[in-house]
Amino acid sequence: MDSPNQSLETLTEIRDLMQRSSKFLSLSGLSGIFAGIVALAGALVAYLRLKTDALSYDGMSNVSALTRGEMMRFVLLDGTIVLILALIFGVFFTIRKARQSGQSVWNNTSKRLVFSLMIPLVTGGIFCLAMFYRGILWVSFPATLIFYGLALLNASKYTVRDVEYLGICEVILGLISLFMTGYNLLVWALGFGVLHIVYGTFMYFKYDRKR
Amino acid sequence: MLEHFNKAFESKARLGIMSVLMVNESLSFNALKELLQLTDGNLATHLRALEEQGYVSVQKQFVGRKPNTTYAATDEGRTAFSQHLNALEAFIRSGAVQETK
Repeated sequence: MDSPNQSLETLTEIRDLMQRSSKFLSLSGLSGIFAGIVALAGALVAYLRLKTDALSYDGMSNVSALTRGEMMRFVLLDGTIVLILALIFGVFFTIRKARQSGQSVWNNTSKRLVFSLMIPLVTGGIFCLAMFYRGILWVSFPATLIFYGLALLNASKYTVRDVEYLGICEVILGLISLFMTGYNLLVWALGFGVLHIVYGTFMYFKYDRKR
Repeated sequence: MLEHFNKAFESKARLGIMSVLMVNESLSFNALKELLQLTDGNLATHLRALEEQGYVSVQKQFVGRKPNTTYAATDEGRTAFSQHLNALEAFIRSGAVQETK
């Protein structure tokens, strides 16, 4: 311990190590932006095909163009494609960012992050499938938002704090959507599309650009 | 004041090991190696020194057939490390005061 300056450096290093070892910081803002774009595209396709009111609580009874079965298969397919594309973009940009900053992608913290994300997410997924199975289509839209928000909230302890706020916003939107079923698709597009793009852009300028 | 500086934490590597073990329940040898960017031999030496002091506990298990050694900070180690950090902080403060004089 030669000088206060040197000690200060040591403290900074300790702090950095503590953060790096307990939080996964390679999440990229670009992942959010692309996930948002994919979700908006998915919502648009669904809107063009179904017209929104068919997804509301009241609209379920008077389905015109499509039969219930067709509609369910379509929504399921559309949702799955959106999810897969968003995941692919998310993983791609995360790996890219980790490589750029010379960190590994699959380590202790990212494992914990994925684990804490997956439990609420898989629960939500099974819940929505059960609702589909029972023919209650409209619930799935708010439910995906709520469970996704809870998953983010749960996972936020292992990454940057901002994820927590995104999670809270998704949960609030999902709860609102439960009572405004006529706007199901619109609120869903707002939550998965617009919020992701806003969050992604914010994250990109806050963390990615500096490096 | 300098008497609170703990000799066991004098090297940068040992400070690093203790800091990551403070915020993680336990870490494997490889995880530590990757985080701290140390060589096997170097890391092993420092870990052994900390273990001998009673600041770090070692747990050996097998994952399948591979041996997997994990390390954790003991209560004693946590206390000693916090004291060391406090001393470091006080030292920096005193330096800052001197410079402004």
